[in-house]
Amino acid sequence: MGLDMIRKTIRNAAPAVAALVMGATANAAYDVDILPPASPIAQQIYDLHWAIMWVCIVIFVVVFGAMFYSIFKHRKSAGAKAAHFHENTTVEVIWTVIPFLILVGMAYPATKTVLEMKDASNPDLTIKVTAYQWAWEYDYLQDGVKFNSLLATPRAQIEEWQKKGEAKNPDYLLEVDNPMVVPVGKKVRLLVTANDVIHGWYVPQLGINQYGIPGFVKDTWFKADKAGTYRGQCSQICGKEHGYMPIVVVAKAPEDYAKWVKEQQAKNPQAAAPQQVAAAAPVAAVAEDPSRKWTADELKAAGEKVYAANCVACHQATGKGMPPAFPALDGSKVATGAKGPQIALVLNGKQGTAMASFSRLTDAELAAVITYTRTAWGNKAGEVQPSEVKAARKG
Amino acid sequence: MSAATHAQDHAHHDDHAHHPTGIKRWLFTTNHKDIGTMYLWFSLAMFFTGGVMALLIRAELFQPGLQFVNPEFFNSLTTVHGLVMVFGAIMPAWVGFANWLIPMQVGAADMAFPRMNNWSFWLVVPAAILLVASFFVPGGAAASGWTLYPPLIIQQGISIDMTILAVHILGASSIMGSINIITTILNLRAPGMTLMKMPLFVWTWLITAYLLIAVMPVLAGAVTMLLTDRHFGTSFFNAAGGGDPTMFMHIFWFFGHPEVYIMILPAFGVVSAIIPAFARKPLFGYASMVYATASIAILSFIVWGHHMFTVGMPAAGQLFFMYATMLIAVPTGVKVFNWIATMWQGSMTFETPMLFSIGFICLFTIGGFSGLVLAITPVDITLHNTYYVVAHFHYVLVSGALFSIFAGIYFWLPKFTGKMYSEKLGKLHFWLSVIGFNIAFFPQHFLGLAGMPRRIPDYALQFAEWNMWSSIGAFIFGFSQLLFLYNVIECIRSNRKAADNPWEGADTLEWTHLPSPAPYHSFETAPVVK
Repeated sequence: MGLDMIRKTIRNAAPAVAALVMGATANAAYDVDILPPASPIAQQIYDLHWAIMWVCIVIFVVVFGAMFYSIFKHRKSAGAKAAHFHENTTVEVIWTVIPFLILVGMAYPATKTVLEMKDASNPDLTIKVTAYQWAWEYDYLQDGVKFNSLLATPRAQIEEWQKKGEAKNPDYLLEVDNPMVVPVGKKVRLLVTANDVIHGWYVPQLGINQYGIPGFVKDTWFKADKAGTYRGQCSQICGKEHGYMPIVVVAKAPEDYAKWVKEQQAKNPQAAAPQQVAAAAPVAAVAEDPSRKWTADELKAAGEKVYAANCVACHQATGKGMPPAFPALDGSKVATGAKGPQIALVLNGKQGTAMASFSRLTDAELAAVITYTRTAWGNKAGEVQPSEVKAARKG
Repeated sequence: MSAATHAQDHAHHDDHAHHPTGIKRWLFTTNHKDIGTMYLWFSLAMFFTGGVMALLIRAELFQPGLQFVNPEFFNSLTTVHGLVMVFGAIMPAWVGFANWLIPMQVGAADMAFPRMNNWSFWLVVPAAILLVASFFVPGGAAASGWTLYPPLIIQQGISIDMTILAVHILGASSIMGSINIITTILNLRAPGMTLMKMPLFVWTWLITAYLLIAVMPVLAGAVTMLLTDRHFGTSFFNAAGGGDPTMFMHIFWFFGHPEVYIMILPAFGVVSAIIPAFARKPLFGYASMVYATASIAILSFIVWGHHMFTVGMPAAGQLFFMYATMLIAVPTGVKVFNWIATMWQGSMTFETPMLFSIGFICLFTIGGFSGLVLAITPVDITLHNTYYVVAHFHYVLVSGALFSIFAGIYFWLPKFTGKMYSEKLGKLHFWLSVIGFNIAFFPQHFLGLAGMPRRIPDYALQFAEWNMWSSIGAFIFGFSQLLFLYNVIECIRSNRKAADNPWEGADTLEWTHLPSPAPYHSFETAPVVK
């Protein structure tokens, strides 16, 4: 490869590169930086990143400047004769010590940020985050508000195996039914855990990425600088729907936040009772009284919605599942047999399989969805009442 | 290359024609060159296997939405792609080089334990079959990422047991290979070949072999605990039984971080052989290269926590692992400076091995820099498990380890086969690889900075443009590797006879004391090294 050929390559490539760069600046989707920070920690992360980036860029330019100078100057074709030196202690010491000092300089601000990140003391508000396959549950410990947060993007926009999907929402895959709502300027402590496998609660603009580990509770914190909507996703692979469990945090002015808390409490008066989780939006309105007797049609209608939100990813809208990992419900022994075992299975999950416990859903939701699976498709088994689920939960 | 080597051998050494022929030659061989050849071909086959998986991944990620694969299969692809590339492609390639080169470079007749050498190789084949066959069992191949984290991995079916067994077998093979390499280097060196006269490739492999012996049993322990958790009612990693999923991460990464250096230290050795040869100037700072390699190896044992800054470890833990990780940049920097000082005032030519070595230095350094960015704990937390990390370790493992494997193959092909590869096609392979690679992986830094998690089959719309570029680059890179396969075969079948030392500046024993191709048995009488 002669110099000429390199020159030619560069000359030919230059317009293409220029076009690419111009295209990049014209189109906002070609992001090349960390997202705009929205919390003090995220701001520090942003600054640390650029500090270390500048260190790297300067070293890169100096070191590879020297290398490419050598490549062009000290080439045989340019008549270079090889020197014979092969060691120099002074130089070796210099290029060991200087990088070390640069690193010490970087370690200092990084240490300060680490210590600040780890200090979750004296929060204004504590939210317990529990990860499920594949949903988030947010429990506002002081305010008695508790709800699930699920992907809101319709599956018709996602699945394109057979035909082109529907037009995608602007926030495709980053939209949820019930976002986490927090007050601006308040220190929010998160207690993060998981119910089944390890998940990661990751909202880059708030500077948080915290694993939820089943059986352990870890804390972290953030303080949103200004009102806005901050989006993130599960960061740790957690099975089939890992790519489909987004996180949305809406930061509101404290008075709007207080109003939101009131609304939530009104919507779900039993929220304070530990097992009675506020329902996902579609059934929230009918989730109040577990002792009320429901009609079969009510149960089926509500159940279809719960099914679409929680079950469809594995067991499919057709009820055919994706065997052998995700069994069919249509015609299955469980969904057409006795009520008791099916209620127990849905409440407790099945060890060693992807079937998680759905005890986070309300009695009404569970009764509805179980009824739905027992009566939909070709299944003709009977309905299940919320009171039966309640009884099973106690037993 | 093997058949050609074999034919050539007879011309040189008629008296050694008593070994079996045909398939039996390969099944029963105890010859380090035969075994090296088998390792290299095996590695190439696995490289293409893992490559097909990578291209399926990139095809699915070409645009948002699910077009080709379902999410479960996608997860299997990312998992097995990682396992196959690490354990099937990169590591066996280095063992192949070790087999071919170490005896020749230290002036030994063969490896210390030739029969064990045969066994080491023939173990990796069933392990690879187990890994690939796990795609076809009920439930599909392991889908938990190559890190095999519980509890997710406990949920899956029989493919996990196959994967665990494969890892056990590969570990046993690696340990046997390492014992062989260490014994060969320490005991079979030619008179006068003191430790500090050994070529750097031998040094880097000596240190790598110690790393392997230290960490492979740790991995075996971790996966054995997974196995007993799955089948025998233990709860090592199950909180409900008193265990801790985080413990698996600690054990895995205590293996996993040295593993990174197992894949990259021999690369340092290869590049340290090639740069002086084409600069026609001795390697700068030989002793400091040895010390830097050893420092990197030792430090690699105390940095594993940087893979798990997001588990919620205490501040003291985060700080310790951050400082230790940053420290690795110092000896790594020393190496890069030494290579450049070797080139400085040399008389350089730019044949394919040199191009791949320079590509290695530039791109591996970018991977090193992104490693430094990730070492800063707060920055790591926002980039953990994003595409930034994917970009980082592909810069280290593809443009690092893989490029130096290419460099080494082009460099030693004349010695292996007695034929010269086509310089024109070699250079074409380099330029296509380097361009395709950068289009594929550089944009992934941006995706990570913008918050795109890894191991997802589908993504939000703001990630679409860079993903499209990444997929285009991946396909350019992937298909360019067919050219490499062609180059190797074309070289073997050509009649461009290679000189005994086709490189002006190469001065290790295999070039100075042996003909090309290297005879089937070399150094039956040890050379004397002055």
